[in-house]
Amino acid sequence: MRDKIYSIIKEALTELNEELDYDELRDITENTAIFGGSDGIDSLSLVSLVTEVESLIFDELDKSISLADEKAMSMRNSPYRSVSALLEFALSKVEAE
Amino acid sequence: MAEVMVITGTRKGIGRYLAEYYIGKGYQVIGCSRSEMDDELEGYEHFCLDVADEKAVQKMMRQVRKKYGRVDILLNNAGIASMNHILLTPLSTVKQIFETNFFGTFLFAREAAKIMCKQKYGRIVNFATVAAPLKLEGEAAYAASKAAVDNFTQVMAKEVAPFNITVNALGPTPVATDLIKGVSDDKMDDLIGTQAVKRLGTFEDIVNVTDFFIREESDFITGQTLFLGGIS
Repeated sequence: MRDKIYSIIKEALTELNEELDYDELRDITENTAIFGGSDGIDSLSLVSLVTEVESLIFDELDKSISLADEKAMSMRNSPYRSVSALLEFALSKVEAE
Repeated sequence: MAEVMVITGTRKGIGRYLAEYYIGKGYQVIGCSRSEMDDELEGYEHFCLDVADEKAVQKMMRQVRKKYGRVDILLNNAGIASMNHILLTPLSTVKQIFETNFFGTFLFAREAAKIMCKQKYGRIVNFATVAAPLKLEGEAAYAASKAAVDNFTQVMAKEVAPFNITVNALGPTPVATDLIKGVSDDKMDDLIGTQAVKRLGTFEDIVNVTDFFIREESDFITGQTLFLGGIS
């Protein structure tokens, strides 16, 4: 499950980067920063990314989860701060479903 | 391909009229209500759910996206009313009104906008009421829930404008539906007397406004609440 969600996040980020064309998003690893730091994406792009990850999880894993979170805009605790943070967050939601 | 429209609260009243009207105009209409429709409509798909049930709303909207590929328009019509003096109103009634009128509107708007932001196009029309600007006695909870919808419409309009999604609201006067069946004739006459145009609203008045808001050419109109009957 972890690998599947990891590949979904990479797929969504790659698609997003077709518009953004950020060097930092060309080679995505678990350490890749997403949101909140100087390398990250802007809040509108974050909305698109989170929405796309939710959709892909529904389409490919048949799990209807929400990745909305109160700590979204927090620099330290945001589940969107990096690929690994988003991966763990999404995994916990899918497993709880 | 037909434009895809989601309408909430389609089993009766304004919602039912909206569903039939837009099916007639060639839209693929998907609707919902707590219970099943009394009959079948061609060009229409129905979901049974509580609009304040987050999981159910998410699942419905994701199924719609998966089946139809897009959602162009959302008419957030579902609503309930309750008339009572504040001092006699149980908290449970207030919660119920907010759950349907505001939480339901929020959930459908959020889930629709998630689909619309990817397609970079969308029209959301929320339902407000003249009871809010008129500060109607006996309708505190209802008017407050719809005032929340009004403000939500304005903020959401700003947040989703970069995705070419417009969010507007329509504030109907009383229309002859179940929603007002418990209101006395005297009270209704008083209310209609405050309008510039002194008559009950009609279904045709409603679709005149929704037609305007959802037009492709209305992409410069967002964050607005349009009250009928000359109320402001």
